[in-house]
Amino acid sequence: MSAAVDYLLHLADNALVLGQRNAEWCGHGPILEEDIALSNVSLDLIGQARLLYQLVATLKGGDCTEDKLAYFRDTHEFRNYTLLELPHHGPLSGYAQSSLEYGTTIVRNFLYSALMALLWEALEKSANADLAAIAAKSLKEVRYHLRHSRDWLVRLGDGTDESHARVQASLDHLFAYTQEFWAHSPAEAAAIAAGIGVDVTTLRADWDAIVDAALSEATLQRPAVSGYVTEGKQGIHSEHLGFLLAEMQSLARAHPNGVW
Amino acid sequence: MSANVEAAWAALEELTDPEIPVISLRELGILRDVRSAADGLEVVITPTYSGCPAMGQIEDDVRATLERVGIAARVVTQLAPAWTTDWMTEAGKEKLRAYGIAPPHRTPPGSNVVRFISKPAKAETVPCPHCGSGHTVESSHFGSTACKALYKCLDCQEPFDYFKPY
Repeated sequence: MSAAVDYLLHLADNALVLGQRNAEWCGHGPILEEDIALSNVSLDLIGQARLLYQLVATLKGGDCTEDKLAYFRDTHEFRNYTLLELPHHGPLSGYAQSSLEYGTTIVRNFLYSALMALLWEALEKSANADLAAIAAKSLKEVRYHLRHSRDWLVRLGDGTDESHARVQASLDHLFAYTQEFWAHSPAEAAAIAAGIGVDVTTLRADWDAIVDAALSEATLQRPAVSGYVTEGKQGIHSEHLGFLLAEMQSLARAHPNGVW
Repeated sequence: MSANVEAAWAALEELTDPEIPVISLRELGILRDVRSAADGLEVVITPTYSGCPAMGQIEDDVRATLERVGIAARVVTQLAPAWTTDWMTEAGKEKLRAYGIAPPHRTPPGSNVVRFISKPAKAETVPCPHCGSGHTVESSHFGSTACKALYKCLDCQEPFDYFKPY
């Protein structure tokens, strides 16, 4: 059971954290259509997270609920990829501040959606029937997320000099974080051994094909990556997750058991 | 079919989608089954999009409707098989069109990821629900809700929603 719980939390936290990040665009989108699109993508992601948390709560039993998992765990208990918790802009230093950068949002959604389109498809054959059912639903949704982010990647990359330079900088910043996709955590290894999880390294060639085709259409350069591999899925996060959780969890913690 | 099951189907037939009040839950394919269980009736519904905010409302509506006609029933949410727009009835699709929403095309068979994201040789035509013209373009992948895309008609110039295949 523990292998399933840890693996499901990894999938759920990915969806919740990215859903929360994308929702930061609500009311701030560069154009109205994109404001609505990002909010809808967020709704899908948070919906997927809810289904997964509900399943975890059933497996854990006791007084565990989806809300406890989302609102009452702390940074080190979250199992999402570090990529998904980063703010919507590039690296800053000192007292520098930055506003939301749409290229960063698009690149991140593209890199993650390309992976999840493959992973959800593979998880339809999971030994856990409930996870397979969630995967079948999520797959239908992520295909639209992938199509949306890929279209914008091409539009920005193959757009003006300004949009090309900015989206290339976002890609250069974020691409190294995708290394975490391919390094199994102990929880993933256990879930693969139990037939619940999927060995993501078997999806890598397909992911490369999706990414390379899109980057080539977008006239963007695929960055070479090496070096430090982040370990968000093992609970070792960047400083950004704490701020995200503080905002997301504050209401539930200020009013525990509050209802509408 | 027991009398109760029949009465429940009849009562639930009036229930429409909270966002699209012209199409019934049965026509949308959300209401999957009404069956007798050991401890009373079971009404099976299936969620559309994972994050659809209407699902909670739908479950409440089902429960309230059955209570009103005095039928005791449990509402069971079932994820598999996953809801698809292919379950929408032809009559339901016609109601969508009359309401100004272009109904979904059938989902492409066995569409895998790589094929899905590459551009089809010939873009599929979504006829305008207002004037019937096939001369339309997509303005945004996401419309007023996650399940719809935003289109505009190049002939009558009206914007409209397209219920996306899911």
